[in-house]
Amino acid sequence: MAMHSAIKGKLIAVIGDEDTCVGFLLGGIGEINKNRQPNFFVVDKNTSISEIEETFKKFIRRDDIDIILINQNVAEMIRYVIDTHTTPVPAVLEIPSKDHPYDPAKDSILRRAKGMFTPEEFR
Amino acid sequence: MSGKDRINVFPSRGAQTLMKSRLKGAQTGHSLLKKKADALQMRFRLILGKIIETKTLMGEVMKEAAFSLAEAKFATGDFNQQILQNVSRAQIKVRTKKDNVAGVSLPVFESYLEGGDSYELTGLARGGQQLAKLKKNYQKAINLLVDLASLQTSFVTLDEAIKVTNRRVNAIEHVIIPRIERTLAYIISELDELEREEFYRLKKIQDKKKIARKKADKIREQEKKEGLELEEAANIFDDHHDEDLLF
Repeated sequence: MAMHSAIKGKLIAVIGDEDTCVGFLLGGIGEINKNRQPNFFVVDKNTSISEIEETFKKFIRRDDIDIILINQNVAEMIRYVIDTHTTPVPAVLEIPSKDHPYDPAKDSILRRAKGMFTPEEFR
Repeated sequence: MSGKDRINVFPSRGAQTLMKSRLKGAQTGHSLLKKKADALQMRFRLILGKIIETKTLMGEVMKEAAFSLAEAKFATGDFNQQILQNVSRAQIKVRTKKDNVAGVSLPVFESYLEGGDSYELTGLARGGQQLAKLKKNYQKAINLLVDLASLQTSFVTLDEAIKVTNRRVNAIEHVIIPRIERTLAYIISELDELEREEFYRLKKIQDKKKIARKKADKIREQEKKEGLELEEAANIFDDHHDEDLLF
């Protein structure tokens, strides 16, 4: 099974606002599986935090997803869930959204790297 | 962690040799693990540098991609729902390869194209060029993000591996080696003690024998004086049966 899924290509999942999702879907990462489950999730202002959390956990459980892209402002909402996700696969990547510029200080991974380096050191 | 903490062995020469070889083994293991930790650390720093570089680059690329989305929307009109509803199969997929650093396997993601574009007809009426540009920009972003994902995964894995290795190095350095050294010291002191005892016992026996001999001499002297016993020379013919020598 593990061998099988290693050979089969894995998916990239997206959680983010409509424009981010649309952009990545146009880039060609969108897939709806046999159970009509999409690998993207559109967050708008009416989406509750528990819904985002639920979707994030579902994406983590799915074994056909290797990378989860999440808007940083969305990630900020469910920071505690992201911080509990420590296994290397699937990789959770925080990406900037259209109206929120990227802030390295908030990133889960870069926060772990703190103490060794500050992001400013590399500029 | 008291000074009494040592391995429970019987203090003998055999145990001493065993402990010596164990100490040597522990020292070799320590230096090897230290080397591994150094190798991991080096790679870790390299990756960290790359991550930060890529993250800043990602900001640029994403900005460009978002801008081209706005451009395409301006040219084509709102197509969000059309895109969101028309998802079928993924065109870009990821496969995992393994990279090996000092015995730690790091996953490396690699994106590849599979199947056709499911949005071929989007923007057919107008704005096709903008859409093509948009797709290209986002594909570029995806490739960058996949790279970033493998860096980040390596980062997490290495972080974990470094922690484990450092823990082992410290355990060997501060627990195992001192314990073996204490055991060795204990065995040596115990063996010295035994040797002293043995020496003392020998001296004692020598003393006893000397006293006994003196006594016997005295008695013989006494008897000789009284003419009871004749002085008898040792007779070599009277010797015990001689062993055959075989070479």
